[in-house]
Amino acid sequence: MYAQMVKSEATQEDPEKLAAFQARIDAGEKIEPKDWMPVGYRKTLIRQIGQHAHSEIVGQLPEGNWITRAPTLERKAILLAKVQDEAGHGLYLYCAAETLGVTRDELTEMLLDGRMKYSSIFNYPTLTWADMGAVGWLVDGAAIMNQVPLQRTSYGPYSRAMIRICKEESFHQRQGFDIMMKMASGTEAQMRMAQNALDRFWYPALMMFGPSDKDSVHSEQSMRWKIKMNTNDELRQKFVDQTVPQAEYLGLTVPDDKLVWNEEKNGYDFSEPDWNEFFDVIQGNGPCNTDRLAARNKAWDDGAWVREGLMAHATKKSAMKVAAE
Amino acid sequence: MTQQRNEWPLWEIFIRGQHGMSHRHVGSLHAADSETAILNARDVYTRRNEGVSIWVVQAQQITASSPSDKGPLYEPSEAKVYRHPSFFDIPKEVGAM
Ligand SMILES: [Fe+2]
Ligand SMILES: [Fe+2]
Ligand SMILES: [Fe+2]
Repeated sequence: MYAQMVKSEATQEDPEKLAAFQARIDAGEKIEPKDWMPVGYRKTLIRQIGQHAHSEIVGQLPEGNWITRAPTLERKAILLAKVQDEAGHGLYLYCAAETLGVTRDELTEMLLDGRMKYSSIFNYPTLTWADMGAVGWLVDGAAIMNQVPLQRTSYGPYSRAMIRICKEESFHQRQGFDIMMKMASGTEAQMRMAQNALDRFWYPALMMFGPSDKDSVHSEQSMRWKIKMNTNDELRQKFVDQTVPQAEYLGLTVPDDKLVWNEEKNGYDFSEPDWNEFFDVIQGNGPCNTDRLAARNKAWDDGAWVREGLMAHATKKSAMKVAAE
Repeated sequence: MTQQRNEWPLWEIFIRGQHGMSHRHVGSLHAADSETAILNARDVYTRRNEGVSIWVVQAQQITASSPSDKGPLYEPSEAKVYRHPSFFDIPKEVGAM
């Protein structure tokens, strides 16, 4: 999940209007940008969609790290296409957020100065090529778990962005699994690399779904508004149940001694991630937080002349056109 | 924020998916002018052959009906059921019509 711990806003508005709004959502209607909506709904969505967009954009960095070092030209082209998709996902989502009355530059500034968050997962480093496999398989896999139900979210532009994104995601997960298959069936050193990547990404991937339901304070209102479709623990369980057999197929070991099939609940019992680590990463103390934000700030600053230059050119051209008329 | 912003304008993007289909709204993006809007639209919205033609329209040029007009705007057509062919019963003997 790319939006973690999204604080939901309380709403104090005309109870009649609120009830009518809730009735529309309960009836499965989509809310569109010009429709009346509670202030809290709008604010929570800006925060959630913005965080999701930032995650797509920052999420390019750990994978971008390997584009120039991909082992073959084909792998390089595939990774490049995957990372380009993530840029697209960021753009779809920023546009959805903008329909709620926030500007792109405001969103960007809030990312760059740390007022808005992005998913904790992207604050972990990608140390070997096998990490490209683990990221596609586990990180995009976890994202899909969350994004598929969000296609039915109540806010029209968000739902449409999710539909586009979901169409593109399974390529991402498959290319990652494909890398893992190659590594896991390769030399002993490759196998070790694959296992090591799984060891490092397993718990951070579980953290993507956000804190345990018992500590998740913001869920209820968001679920009523259908901007959150499942609880964190539901999605995490689903992810584990789907992923463990895939790890077995690869001949890899999930780094969890307590992992065991539970016949009764028809799912795995598993260890929770270290939540202290999670909160620490969210607070900005993960292994790569500083690097990631520095990279985004540098890109923004280095790109200023391009943004300004193109705008100046466009203004000049339209002035000339007006003069010629 | 006090700093004066000079954001690239927002463009709405319409794409013809296949020959013979009409253009459909697919989303929006920012670009300095219409030419770069088309280039960006190609990268953002047609990475998988989703289109054969792209229209870009500056978002501020679009006038939209307001949701509260729903009643007065559409009510007149709701009253004219005879505009639908199913309003008329034509005997079977007449054949296809
Ligand atoms: Fe994505
Ligand atoms: Fe992603
Ligand atoms: Fe992805």
